[in-house]
Amino acid sequence: MTDNTAVADGTEGSDGTAADSASAAGPLLSVEDLVVEYATAQGPFKAVDGVDFQVPRGGSLAVVGESGCGKSTLARALVRLLKPVSGRIVLDGTDIAALPERRLRPLRRRVQMVFQDPYGSLDPHLTAQQIVAEPLRVAGVSDRVQRARRAAELIDRVGLPSSALERRPPEFSGGQRQRIGIARALASRPDLLVCDEATSALDVSVQAQVLDLLRELQADTGIAYLVIAHNLGVVREISTDVVVMRAGRVVERGATAAVLASPADPYTRALRRASLDPTTIRGVKPRAVLSAAAPDAASPSSPAAVASASPTAPATPLAPATPSSEGNRS
Amino acid sequence: MAKDTPLLDVADLQVELITGQGVVRAVDGVTFTVRRGETVTLIGESGSGKSTTAMGVLRLLPEGLAVLSGSVRIAGRDVVADPDAARAVRGRTVSLIPQDPMTALSPVHTIGRQLGDALRLRHPELTRTEARDKGVELLGRVRISEPETRWKAYPHQFSGGMLQRILIATALAAEPELLVADEPTSALDATVQASVLDLLMELQEHTGIGMLMITHDLGVARLVSDRIHVMKDGRFVESGSAEEIVERPAEPYTRELLAAVPRLGTWDEDESSYGDGDGRIEPLVQGATS
Repeated sequence: MTDNTAVADGTEGSDGTAADSASAAGPLLSVEDLVVEYATAQGPFKAVDGVDFQVPRGGSLAVVGESGCGKSTLARALVRLLKPVSGRIVLDGTDIAALPERRLRPLRRRVQMVFQDPYGSLDPHLTAQQIVAEPLRVAGVSDRVQRARRAAELIDRVGLPSSALERRPPEFSGGQRQRIGIARALASRPDLLVCDEATSALDVSVQAQVLDLLRELQADTGIAYLVIAHNLGVVREISTDVVVMRAGRVVERGATAAVLASPADPYTRALRRASLDPTTIRGVKPRAVLSAAAPDAASPSSPAAVASASPTAPATPLAPATPSSEGNRS
Repeated sequence: MAKDTPLLDVADLQVELITGQGVVRAVDGVTFTVRRGETVTLIGESGSGKSTTAMGVLRLLPEGLAVLSGSVRIAGRDVVADPDAARAVRGRTVSLIPQDPMTALSPVHTIGRQLGDALRLRHPELTRTEARDKGVELLGRVRISEPETRWKAYPHQFSGGMLQRILIATALAAEPELLVADEPTSALDATVQASVLDLLMELQEHTGIGMLMITHDLGVARLVSDRIHVMKDGRFVESGSAEEIVERPAEPYTRELLAAVPRLGTWDEDESSYGDGDGRIEPLVQGATS
């Protein structure tokens, strides 16, 4: 991590950054054959079913897919809020997939998360300063004054006025709250930020501002992003590489520009077609856009959709959308 | 109603909301019409007043906390001047597709019960069995498969996209001439959104229903609308055909809004695939029991 901004100083004798580490040559994060299961009444359900990818240092990888595809489960497993059943999560040379909490703790500061819901993810009783300073306390910064100074730097870094420090979440708009969430995530100077739908609850103009902020932070600090999103436009804005997930598996991967310009997997093509860019739609009420994009039954991975395996669906079988048909490009 | 009377004729509508911090003018004098077979869209960001306009038109804002002025004529009847007119047209001439399919239905009643209630509001003479037959047919129309079986199911047994279609069926139970759709697809995945919008546009083609659409999504607005009104701080900042608004926006605010939409760029889309099955995705059986 090339720390040269206000975010950089403030913490005491900081533990090793990516650059110091022995395995600095490899990827920052390498996920190998990861499987995450939930127990259900019908038995174990594989929400993430053998996923592989890598995030290079300072890189930006997006995981895209629709509800139920396993992308949020994946995000939670990467920060070890969930424990995978099998597979490896190699963070800078250390496999953290099965690491006990005690040994995990020192590594937690290196991977931080920004959550989807700007309303539910901040404690409404705490001030912005307390929220941003808390990870510092956990990371062992025992000096209160130092914590406060660093919180002030972070609040400034994410574009909020210093008057924000003493205010509490209910006094902020959704976009401002998301900035506080980002400041909190940056507090421990992580090497990797996992953004789980960090802008999907925001208005389009606020979303654009938050995406700008994320790009700026990356340019300044070399932090790496793993962006979980369902919006292909957002993915195009923020990531250089993309992994498309469906039903727990990767169906396509490659450079973001290439995958969006020429999607190979039928599911990626359907998603691309259903994504509406107002500037490229032509004609008056062009229903054809929709009839081509609409899948027959509700959410493809929902139980209801499966149960219905719809009789109204066109009988024409397509190139089989098997989860294993993986278009591999880069 | 004379043939040229708009289904919905809103003139200088103002809505003042009484809040803890005083009176807020959420809608500040908007004028627009919706005619048969037309889709008119109010687009704007949170707090622009677009949903308040829709709820005001239906008089679904809490009486006593929302003060309406101006006029809102639904099929010729002014619902601002006459609250009884609002009750008379709601669920008959006009119905609402609400925003959040997950919370709009009662979780403790079957969807059959809820759809049946909507049907019998419109046709009190229907017996339970007749309502059921009609309801099952409606579910079929919104492409819910096995509607007979599904009639007895509860909301939690459906996906978001299916619930939104059930809400469309419930709105259609009124046999309305005008549909007010408040962000009908905002809670849905892109591919599911496409299927719901497709359904709405197909219904419009077949029935000539008029639609007032509320959305924050310029892509959705561009696709489904005849006319778009861009709303900000309770006023229309710009109005025009969908093409004009997106391709030749005159107002700085509209331009900013358009500039903020992430671009997707061009792709190797096969235009000839429109209309056939390409791009349709078969439901996966494996791994779909979440």
